[in-house]
Amino acid sequence: MTELTYRQALNDTLRAELTRDENVYLIGEEIGVFEGSYKITAGLLKEFGPKRVVDTPISEEGFTGVAIGSAMLGLRPVVEIMTLNFSLIAIDQIVNHAAKMYGMFGGRVKVPLVIRTPGGGGQQLAATHSQNLEVWYAHIPGLKVVAPSNPADAKALLTAAIRDDDPVLFLENLGLYNTKGDVPDGEQVAEIGRAAIAREGTDLTVVSYSRGVVTALEVAEQLAGEGISIEVVDLRSLRPLDRVTFCESVKKTSRAVVFEDDMLSYGVGAEISATIGEAVFDWLDAPVRRVAAAEVPLPYAKPLELAAMPDAAALTKVIRETLAASGYRK
Amino acid sequence: MADTRRPAGARRTAKQGGDSAETLRGYYEQMVLVREFELRASEMYARAKIGGYCHLNLGEEATVVGLLAALRDTDYLFTTYRDHGYALVRGMEPGAVMAELFGKTTGVVGGRGGSMHMFDADLRMLGGYGIVGGQIPPATGAAFAIDYRSKAGKNAEAVMCLMGDATTNIGAFHESLNLAGLWKLPIVYVIVNNRLGMGTPVELASAEPDLYKRGSAYRIPGVRVDGDDPVAVRDAAIAALDKARADRQPSILETMSFRLKGHSVVDPARYRSKEDNEEAQANDPVPAFRNRLLKAGALDEKTADGIHDAIEKRVTDAVDFADASPDPSPSELFDAVYATPVANESRAYPGDPVTTVESVAS
Repeated sequence: MTELTYRQALNDTLRAELTRDENVYLIGEEIGVFEGSYKITAGLLKEFGPKRVVDTPISEEGFTGVAIGSAMLGLRPVVEIMTLNFSLIAIDQIVNHAAKMYGMFGGRVKVPLVIRTPGGGGQQLAATHSQNLEVWYAHIPGLKVVAPSNPADAKALLTAAIRDDDPVLFLENLGLYNTKGDVPDGEQVAEIGRAAIAREGTDLTVVSYSRGVVTALEVAEQLAGEGISIEVVDLRSLRPLDRVTFCESVKKTSRAVVFEDDMLSYGVGAEISATIGEAVFDWLDAPVRRVAAAEVPLPYAKPLELAAMPDAAALTKVIRETLAASGYRK
Repeated sequence: MADTRRPAGARRTAKQGGDSAETLRGYYEQMVLVREFELRASEMYARAKIGGYCHLNLGEEATVVGLLAALRDTDYLFTTYRDHGYALVRGMEPGAVMAELFGKTTGVVGGRGGSMHMFDADLRMLGGYGIVGGQIPPATGAAFAIDYRSKAGKNAEAVMCLMGDATTNIGAFHESLNLAGLWKLPIVYVIVNNRLGMGTPVELASAEPDLYKRGSAYRIPGVRVDGDDPVAVRDAAIAALDKARADRQPSILETMSFRLKGHSVVDPARYRSKEDNEEAQANDPVPAFRNRLLKAGALDEKTADGIHDAIEKRVTDAVDFADASPDPSPSELFDAVYATPVANESRAYPGDPVTTVESVAS
C-alpha cells in the first residue's frame, strides 16, 4: 500500500502498461513535450519516446479516429482528450464508429481503445469547459464507461480498461486529480461493470460516482457524528450499470438519494431512481431524491458557479428531508 | 460544364499493350460480376428481400476492378456504403454478400450490418461505412498502425481509403489528410467522383471542384484518372500505392465516372437532366470495355456471352443461397455487443424487467 494522488496513480498505471505491452501507446494533444494539460502523462515521452507517446495537432475527430483504426489492427491506444467537453468534436468517431464496429461487423473486429478524459466544473472555466456529459456516452451500447472516484480504483480500472478489447471511456474529474488515497502495490485489475460499497450504513443509501463519492463520504462521516448511518454506493461503472449492488443496498436501508455532478433531467440519477422504483419499490420508505446540477450553462463568476453545482450542503439537506419524509427516528 | 473526363491533371497510363488477353478478360469478368450482382440486388430490393438503404456500384465497375487489381492481399481497404462491388472483387463470396443484403446468418457479418457494412478481416476489407467520411480517420489509423509496426519498403503494407466526391467537404477528410501528411502515413485516399453527392453536383459543393487538388494544403499530391478505364485506374493506383509503401507518401487518387442510376435504389434521380443521363449511359464502362477488348482481339463475342452467362448463374446461385439461408434468431440479439464479456451487461428485451437478478426481484 502506498499513498498516492489520483494523478500519480494514473501516471504510474500508464507507465506500467506501456512497459508491459508494446502495442499500448498514448495519443493526444500536448501529452508529450507539454506533459499533458493536467500532467497525467508527465515524464512518459522522455521514458518511452515519440512512437509510444504521440503528440497530435488539435484534431479530436482525426486522432480519435486514428486511434480507432489502429486498434482495429491490434494496437491498444490510450487517447487523452484534454477535457470531456472536447470529446464532442470526436463524437461521431466515438459513438458511430468505435461503439458500433464490433456489433455492426458481426463480432469480426475488436476495438481495444481507451479514451481518458476529465469532466467536471468548479474551476471557473465557464460553460463550455465545465460539463459532465457522461450520460451521453453511458447511453450507448458497445461503449463501456467507467468513472473511478479514488486513486486505487483509478489504477485498477485504468489497467482493466487498457486490457479490455472494447472501447472504454475512462472518465476522470478535474477536482479529483490532487486527491490522495492508499493504492495497493503491484498489478491491480478491476472488474468493469461492478459497483462498490464505499461505506457501509443502515439508514439511507447515497448512490454516486467519480467526484461525487468524495463529497458523499464526507457527508456520511459528518452525519455519523449525529448517529445517522449512511451507506455510500460508488457506481464506478456507468455502462454497464451495476443495478444489483445499489438495489441490494436500498433493500437494506429503504431510502436512497442520488448525488451526481451532471444535469438532473435525463441524468444518471434518473436511471438510478427509475431502477430503484421498478426493482425494489416495496422496500422504499420515501421517494428517491436526486441532487444534481442546476440546469444552466455553468457561469464563470464564483458565487454563481457554486450555486449551480451540487455540494455537501445540498446533499446533507436532501438526506435529512428524505429521512424526515419516512418518519425516521434515531 | 467543362469536360472533366480528360482534364489537365489526368493520367491515362493506358498500358494495355502490356496486359495479357487473359488479364483483361479477367477484369471484364469482374466488371460483369459487379454489374449483374447490382442489377439483381436492385431487383431483390424491389421484391422486398432487401431492406434499409441500398447503394449500387452501377457505373463504377471499372473503378472497382481497377482499384482492386492494384491492391495486394497484404493491403487494407476501407470503403464507403457503396460497397457491394468492392466486397465481391476483393473476394467475398457472392452468396455471402447477397445473404448479408438479405439479413441472413450466412451474410458476411451475420446479417448485422447489411448493405452498407460489408467486412472481412481475412481479406483485409475493413468495412463499408455508412457515415459519410467516417471511414477516413480509422483508415488513417490503420496506416498509422502499419507505420507503428513496420518499416517502409516496396513490400510494405499500405491502406486504400475510398470516399465519394462530396466527402471531401467534411471535416474528417481534412483532419485525416493533415495527420497523414504530417506523419507520412502509407495511405492512398481514393475519391470516387461520380459528379453527384446524392443530388448535388460537385461544382455546387466544393469550392475547389478539382478534387485531386484538395490535398495541397497538406502537401498531399493528387492525380485524376478516367474511372471508366480499369487499366488506367489500376496503373494510377499502383503508382500511388508504391509511393505509400516505399516512401510513406500519402496521396489522393481521383477517379472520374458516372453514376448510372439514382443515389440509392429508391432514388429515381429526377433532378438529373436528360442530357446528363444520356452522357452517363453513353459512358457506361461495361459495354465500353467489352467493345475495347473485342476490338483489340482480347475477347470474342462468344467468349463474352459465355462470361455473361456464367456470371448470371453465379448471381442466381447467390440469390438462391441467400434465400435458403436461415434468419438470425432473436435469441442471438445480445451475442455481439462486447468483445470482452462484462459484468451487468443489459440483456433485457423491450418490456423485460429492468433487472432480472433473483436477489433483487425477490
